Formats: sequence, C-alpha cells, structure tokens
Amino acid sequence: MRKGMIVGVVSLCLLSFLASGGLAQQAVKEVRIGVAGPMKAMFGRDHWRGASIAQEEINKAGGVTLGGVKVPIKLIKVDTNELASVSDAVVAVERAADEVHFFVGTQRSESALAMQDVAMKYKKIFMLCGAVHPDLLARVAKDYDKYKYTFRMTISSIFMGQVLFAHLEDVAKIVKEQLGIAKPKVAILADKLMWADPIVKAVEAKAPGMGLEVVGAWRPSATASDVTAELSAIKASGAQIIFQSVSGTMGTVLGKQWGELKIPAALVGGAAIATVKTFWDATGGYGIYSTTQTGIGPAKLSEKTMPFWNTYLKEFDDFPNYVSVTYDAVYVLKEAIERAGAIDSDKVVTELEKTDHKGAYGRIVFYPRDHQFPHDLRFGPGYNTWVINQWRGPGKVVVVWPYEWQGVKFEGSEKYLLPPWVVDYWKKKK
Amino acid sequence: MQVLIISIVLGTVYAVLALGFSLIWGAARIINLAYTSFYMLAAYFFYVFCSLIHLDIFVSAALAIVVASFIGVATYKFVLEPIRSHETVVILISIASAFFFEECILSIFGSDFRRVPPFISGYQEILGVRVLNQHFLALGVSIALILGLWLFLSRSRIGIAIRATSQDREIVNVMGINEKKVSLIAMCIGIGFVTISSIVVSPIYVVEPMMWVHPLIMVLAIVVLGGLGSLKGSFIAAYLLAFAEVAVVNWLPMGAFIKSAIALLVMVIVLSKKPEGMFGAFFEEERL
Repeated sequence: MRKGMIVGVVSLCLLSFLASGGLAQQAVKEVRIGVAGPMKAMFGRDHWRGASIAQEEINKAGGVTLGGVKVPIKLIKVDTNELASVSDAVVAVERAADEVHFFVGTQRSESALAMQDVAMKYKKIFMLCGAVHPDLLARVAKDYDKYKYTFRMTISSIFMGQVLFAHLEDVAKIVKEQLGIAKPKVAILADKLMWADPIVKAVEAKAPGMGLEVVGAWRPSATASDVTAELSAIKASGAQIIFQSVSGTMGTVLGKQWGELKIPAALVGGAAIATVKTFWDATGGYGIYSTTQTGIGPAKLSEKTMPFWNTYLKEFDDFPNYVSVTYDAVYVLKEAIERAGAIDSDKVVTELEKTDHKGAYGRIVFYPRDHQFPHDLRFGPGYNTWVINQWRGPGKVVVVWPYEWQGVKFEGSEKYLLPPWVVDYWKKKK
Repeated sequence: MQVLIISIVLGTVYAVLALGFSLIWGAARIINLAYTSFYMLAAYFFYVFCSLIHLDIFVSAALAIVVASFIGVATYKFVLEPIRSHETVVILISIASAFFFEECILSIFGSDFRRVPPFISGYQEILGVRVLNQHFLALGVSIALILGLWLFLSRSRIGIAIRATSQDREIVNVMGINEKKVSLIAMCIGIGFVTISSIVVSPIYVVEPMMWVHPLIMVLAIVVLGGLGSLKGSFIAAYLLAFAEVAVVNWLPMGAFIKSAIALLVMVIVLSKKPEGMFGAFFEEERL
C-alpha cells in the first residue's frame, strides 16, 4: 500500500512536470536569437542595429511571455563573413546552432543557400532578412518537412523585379511627358551576382511592352571600383534611363561617377549601398536624384514606421535599410513564441504561418504551405510592397514609389523628379 | 571613340603603377606584392588629413605621399631587404604585409566607403565622350612622372646606376656601385610613384580597404606581359591591357564583370607565344 502511494505520487509529479513542458521549458531563462550577417560590412552591422532596437523595446516592456513568465531576449552576433566566403558563413552558423534558439539575418543569397542547409539540419528557424533569391523558399515547397523552418522578411527578387518595373514604368511616363520622347531608351546596369539574373532577364523581356527600347545590359563586378567605361558606353548608346540593380559596393562608385559626369540618363532602380545615409558623403553628394529600392522609407507604411525610422536615425545617425528588417523579425518571432507558448521550433513554425503583423516595414504575412514559395513575404497592395526612395539632399530621401500604384500611396511620399541636367540635355537636343 | 579616350586615360595610370613596380623588380629583384597596399594607405592618409583634420588639399596630398612612402620604404628596409635572397619568402611576406595593412585599415575605419575631394571638379566633353577633369590631372601627372623617370634613368648618375644594377647585380658591385643603396633608391622611387598615383586617382574612385587588390592584379599582369624588368614593356603593356578592359565594356557589355579577366587572358595568350614577355629578358636559368 505504502509502496503504491509513493509510486502514485511520483507518477503524478512526473506527469505534471512533463505536461508543463519539461526541462526544456523550465530551462528557458532567455530567448536567444542569433543575428547572422557579415558584421564587418554594412549589412551585418544593420542586421544587428535593427534587431537591437527591437530587443531593447521588448525587454524594456518585460520580455517574451513564455508559460506565464516573462523572459528577456538575448541577441548573439554570428559573424558569417558571407560576402567573402560561403564556407566561413556555413561554419559560423554551424558553431552558433548550439548557442541560439533562432536565427535572423543573412544578406548574400549564395551564402544563404548554404547556411540554410545547416540551420535546417539543426531545425533552427531562420528568418531571412536580406537574401532575396526565390530558390531559398522554393526549397520549402520541394521539401516542406526539411525546410519549413525558413521564413523570409523581405520580398523575393521576383517581386523586387515587379516593383522595379512599376517604378520604371512611372519614370518612363515622366520621361515621355517631360522630355517629349515617344520611345525612351533604357540601359540595364546590374552587378554580376545571382540575385540580379532574373531581374535583368525580366527587364529585357518586359521593357518593349512598356514602350521602352533596351540598348544594352552591362554587368560589372559587384566590387568594381570604376565604372566610367560603362557610363561612357551607356551615354554613347543614347539611353535616357539607366536601370540599376546593384547590391555590391560598386553602387557607390556608380552613383558618384554618374553624378560627377552628369550622365544624361536618370539613374533608377535599386542599389543596396544607396539605402544608407553614408551614401551621400561617399558620393560627395553626386548621388542626388538617384533612386534605390528598399524595404522602408520616411513615409507611413504603418503606425510603427516613423517611430522606428526616427529612433534608428537618432541612435545610429543613419537610415534603416532593408536588412534592418531584423527589427520586425524579432517582433514576429516574439509573437509567434507567445502564441505557441514554447520555443520548440515545430510549434513556433505553426504559429509563424499564422503571422499577420503590422511592422515598421509594413504588413507582414507569409505565403501558405501550398504556395509556390511558402513562407515568403506576401507581396501586393494591402500587404507588403517595399518602396523606392529618391535622394534629394544631404541626409534626405523621399519615398517616390508606390505613388498611386494600384491604389497604394503612403502618407509622406512624393512624385519622382528627373535630374535637372537630364531634362536640360534632352530638351536642348530636341 | 570613347574606347580610345578612356583607354588612354586608364592606360597612363596603369603605366605609372607598373613602371614603379618594374623599377623595383629591376633594381632590387623583389616582387613586392604589398606595392599597391601603399596606394591604399596613401588614399586613407589623404582622407584623414583632408576630410577629417581639414588641412589644405595640397598640404594633405603632400603629407599623405610622404607618410605612405615612409611606411613603404620602412617595410622594404626592415621586413623585405633582410630576406631578399629568398624570393619565395619575399613574395609570401609581402602579401602578408598587404593583408596586414588592409586589416589595420578595416579595424580603424571599417568597411564604409570614403571619399576624397578632387583637385579639379567637373568634366570635359571630347568628341561626345565625358572625361572627368580629375582624369586629365591624373593623365598629366602620370605623363610627367613617366617623362621624369625617363630623364632620370637616362641622364643622371644614379639613374644609370639603377639601370646597370638591373642588368647585372654582381658586376655593379665590382664596379664600385653600392647595389644595396641603389636598390633602396629604386624602391623609394617606385613607392613614390604608387603613392602619387593614389593621390591623383583616388578622388575618381572611392576609398575603401580593398582598393589595393584590382591595381595589384593589373600591375602584375602588365609587368609580366611587358617583360619583367622591362620599363618599355610595362609602358606598352599598360595601354594594351587598358584597351582590352575598356573594349570589353563597350563591345561586350554583359561581360563587363570579366573585363579584368579578359585583360589577363590577353596576357596569357601573349605569354604562351613569348614566355619572356613582349620585351623581357630570358629567364635567368636560360642564360648561356
């Protein structure tokens, strides 16, 4: 009898313990998020900045609610060195996998594909915050059980292409109206990296339908230090528009030399390096009127946008750029963990799939499991659209797209302006 | 037309860089792979003096040249000269030095791009081709350096001594010429060339920690193509490879990212027909 009572009490205790989540649950004193990125470069630095603002806000408010208890978020830097070495990135994630509960970050698609495999091996949720190649989420569709732990916080390069086309269409319309050119010529200038390949192909295919003539596609190295030869060739081609798709450091050289030489073609499109405040100084102000595609701008994408923009500017004397979406990633993770009541990856994945979050970067909803790219950021009016910012002065960018695109126009956005020297050049030529 | 004009500008800048390197090899028999890291250092010193400390632009330029050259010569004197007879070790130590300087710059300045102001802003249009005024300045300075070097080597005693040393190091010692001193002078001139180039060229590009890599690749290609130790060869090869780079950008836009690789391919093709380079001497071991 006595023996039976002891067994019964012990069993009851064990059952209660297991029901409450066991050791794993009770051991969670903090939620550890690895911020993975090339920390010596702008991208890693800005991943960290966005995440650290979120961490500060959340911890100030008490932390993440887990099983009725508030636990703080701890961020861990995972320096991937991915711009220089894919193998370095893989090793960094492999090493950090035991230390962290989740990963956010990564910018270079080539490295992200390799890092993803490592994170999936350890069943670690990876919130991609910069790598935009479609293959990263196509894998989720191909092998859901293995890759379901991947989610993307930026739009993919397919949708980046759509945004860029929409912006190109706007600029083409302005060129036609202001310069009186019936069929404007466009030169494509994209760095030679895999993420830009689909964009270049798409522009070449779609431009004629937009009433544009493509005069050539220049693909310099992402780290080229001089593009005067390319710019001279583009000027000789008679292009009125340079469509740029640049993620590497060449973007600074391009903006500088384009403005210095006053190449008579509007520089539009996307340059990752032009999304930060230091672009102005690095180009000596010659990057004025160039545009760049990014995830956020000084307009009301949501109620959280301007407070985040201003906090970031005050703390770092810089603009948040598309990789600083780690800010929203940390919040999205927090909410999913709280809904799941656990940090178990499978449970959090289920909750992440239900995400509908109004973030600083706009509305965050992921495509469902049966989509061609499951867990990718949902794109479109009413969802997330990204923006195009145009440089207007020292420390000043304005959102110029979306500007009445499919009914979308954010409070604080303005119409795109052609560079004055472009207008003068083509008006004189007429 | 833009191919020709841009090639001339680019080729002249490459020629200055290559001549300095060739001079160092010819006189000191050192393949100094840290050579273009002094190009990078000079640009950063220029940035510090001009954009951070706000000294006059010409004073900043002069100081940057002096300081970077001093570091270059000191690196040769204390690091490379003692091991000069071990050619492989020299190559390894010099490339390690280059990476060391890059890491120092990264630690101090980070990877953000910097900018140094041009001496002359604006551009000129020649037959429809726009060329920055700073490009013209670089062209002018480069031509002056090349002419100055030619005069120095052909008319001055030390210049003649340098030429003699590059032809036969053993004999010059016998003739009473201090070969070590001559090598040091050649090194000073070579480093001076690369730092002066940096000051006139860096306002055209951007200042960043890896800005030494592409020039090093081109310099190596140029001196090998022209013939190791041949100044005439380096001069001609510089224009040839600059033309190859610019031509690729204009005639094969999709291949712009491999413009340097195409230039190196030209080098490989020439070397496969003429291993000593266009104007180089035969390899030492092949001398009879």
